[in-house]
Amino acid sequence: MDARQAAPAFNLRPPRPGWGISLPGLKQPSTRGPIQVLPPPDEVVIALSHARGCATPVVHPGDQVLTGQLLAQDEMASAHASVTGIVTAIEPRAVPGSPATPCVVIRRQGTERLHPACTPLDPMALPPVGIIRHIRDGGIVGLGGASFPTARKLAARTPVRALIINGVECEPWISCDEMLLRERAATVVRGTAIMMRALAAERAVIAIKVNMTEARIALHDALESSGAGDISLALVTARYPSGGERQLIQLLTGAEVPAGGLPCDIGYLCQNAGTAAAVADLFDRGQPLVSRVVTVTGAAIRQPGNFEVRIGTPLSALLAAAGGCHETPQRLIMGGPMMGITVDADALPATRGTNCLVAAGAGDLAPQQVEMPCIRCGFCVEVCPARLMPHELLGAVRSEDGIALDALGLAACIECGSCDLVCPSSIALTPRFAAARAIRIMPDEAGDEAP
Amino acid sequence: MSPAHKHAPHWHQARSVAATMRQVVYALLPAAACHVFFYGPGLAINALVAIGTALATEAFALRWRSLPLRPFLGDGSALVTALLLAFCLPPLLPWWVTAIGTAFAIGIAKHLYGGLGRNVFNPAMAGYALLLLVFPAWLNQWPPPRIGDIDYQPLSLAQTLYYCLNGRLPGELALDALTRATPLDLSKTQLGMMYTMDAIRANPVFGDFGGAGWEWVGNFVTLGGGWLLYRGIIRWQVPAGMLAGLMLPAMLFWLADPDIHPSPLFHLWTGGTLLGAFFIATDPVSSPVTPRGRFIHGAGCGLITFAIRSWGSFPDGVAFAVLLMNAAVPLVERYTQPRIYGQRGGHHGS
Repeated sequence: MDARQAAPAFNLRPPRPGWGISLPGLKQPSTRGPIQVLPPPDEVVIALSHARGCATPVVHPGDQVLTGQLLAQDEMASAHASVTGIVTAIEPRAVPGSPATPCVVIRRQGTERLHPACTPLDPMALPPVGIIRHIRDGGIVGLGGASFPTARKLAARTPVRALIINGVECEPWISCDEMLLRERAATVVRGTAIMMRALAAERAVIAIKVNMTEARIALHDALESSGAGDISLALVTARYPSGGERQLIQLLTGAEVPAGGLPCDIGYLCQNAGTAAAVADLFDRGQPLVSRVVTVTGAAIRQPGNFEVRIGTPLSALLAAAGGCHETPQRLIMGGPMMGITVDADALPATRGTNCLVAAGAGDLAPQQVEMPCIRCGFCVEVCPARLMPHELLGAVRSEDGIALDALGLAACIECGSCDLVCPSSIALTPRFAAARAIRIMPDEAGDEAP
Repeated sequence: MSPAHKHAPHWHQARSVAATMRQVVYALLPAAACHVFFYGPGLAINALVAIGTALATEAFALRWRSLPLRPFLGDGSALVTALLLAFCLPPLLPWWVTAIGTAFAIGIAKHLYGGLGRNVFNPAMAGYALLLLVFPAWLNQWPPPRIGDIDYQPLSLAQTLYYCLNGRLPGELALDALTRATPLDLSKTQLGMMYTMDAIRANPVFGDFGGAGWEWVGNFVTLGGGWLLYRGIIRWQVPAGMLAGLMLPAMLFWLADPDIHPSPLFHLWTGGTLLGAFFIATDPVSSPVTPRGRFIHGAGCGLITFAIRSWGSFPDGVAFAVLLMNAAVPLVERYTQPRIYGQRGGHHGS
């Protein structure tokens, strides 16, 4: 049966009993207090890159810029000044995950002022193409971590019947989407409605984890007061990686995105909950993407919490806002324990993709283990959400056998880290698969958001 | 601050190979104690000989292959192989028989195939099969259990040691007076002589269902197996498949004519059935990794065991069944590979 013909029906049955991995959430420390708004820092370093390239600067060093002013543009996602001040440099800088990426450096000067071009706009008066163009010009990218340009994703190649708003946040530590849903559920619902209009989608579902009680209540109230009957709420399993884009579609609908295809090929499209809020802010408050919510947590942090920060704020300012560290962190991680990247220094800036900063304490990390040979226990086969045979892939990676890698489905690997997690021989599987994927396969056009 | 470079995932939630092997050893201990209770200290002596030989062979092979000794000697895999092999051997056995079997298991079946994780065949079963083929007389000398009204003078620890070291009994003792045919032996030979099962079962070496005493060893093996299942070290598919593969055909034949076919419960509680189902066929290295493949593997082991017991020339068939199914693992895996997310049906390569 062609999935496109079927009206999207949401079944919440996991594909099989015991699907996924049960992980401790570790979200309590960072969800005790409300989201705190951080004052603009003295200097921001704004990365111009997104998952599909890099915007071209339209300002010059020495230029005076206002908050929200266009810094760089391209046909997928622009970039904007997140503070009012003077452009001091346009040059490659190190950002988390990249040693050198084109950046605009702004020194703060004068009183904070929003650029006059930042005015609210009624999305319901715009055609879908107009909404997508405004989202592109608003610099909005997927805030789940992958920074895929939202406008590009909304310009789906096939009709989308259902929009899925991903608020699952299945990785431990990260709580920025959960806090956003608790505090600004109406904004998320509003953004969902705008994106539905851009897609001409019949319905939308906002997916959260079953154990997000407060977010569920907030969303329920927001949906009720918005009167949007075509947006529903879905509770998915807390087991990891339920928030992976393709896994979430599978959990919600029972359908699988075909190999080599995109979610829109079967009539679905996923957007992160934070992205929906950013879209609503863009239209209703006129504010392009100049700030985002970041979780700062980890055993080394004094006061874990969530902070709304300007894009480009140094990570050290985030750590300081959370009370600093009461022990020397073992490792700084951007993201969660399963897919987060190690950050070299706290001087690096937060980018649009920075959802979480972890100062890992002594008890937070697995002790370094010696790699032993694979004993074929099959645990990796049991946990793989893409139903791969990671131990066989390992053999193909080691022998650099490209044909075997393709036959074993390396392209379907989502680099979720589940196989590593359960390996009794402590074999670093995911890094090897990531490296092999980087060599053999172009990154997904879908821009899968990190679970 | 100097955060160490490390790729995700930053967590690890697994029991190491060494810890896994330790759990297997713990799981075997109750059954071993029961074995010693019914059959005397022979198992303990054989286990010590096997462990010593296994570690020495492992060390020699590692040195020869220029591999580090510490992680591999400490991983416990050689220890488990030695214990499982000792568990299969009769309690009265000269040390060199045990040593030859263990050296073959570790040196040939494991290291010549590439060491830990690479062996095609279950090393303990390869060693046992070699001994069964080369020293059939030694391997069939089972003393009766110390249970019920079996007329039997058990050997002391000193006498058992003497036999183990010298290959003969001290003083006036005669081996024939000390050993008995096992229930599997008896049923095979006497069924061949046209006795009925009822008549055969009158022999005191038979217990309630299987072998007297041996049933209890089997119960403790099952207890250990339950522990391994509970700790997530083995998966249910292999034992379930093996017990089903053995007992379903046994049930059919037994229902057809209970006079000339042993009951499925007899099959369950004799020979290597339970040890095979929970500890041997479940060996991760030499069994399939896919869940469906594991069931097929177990079922094949059970079925072949039944065939060898019923029509083969050996009284038990667990070792040969496991080795045959080991050889079939690549095929089983090929046809049970899970369907990759987003791909249409069919197995790997289709």
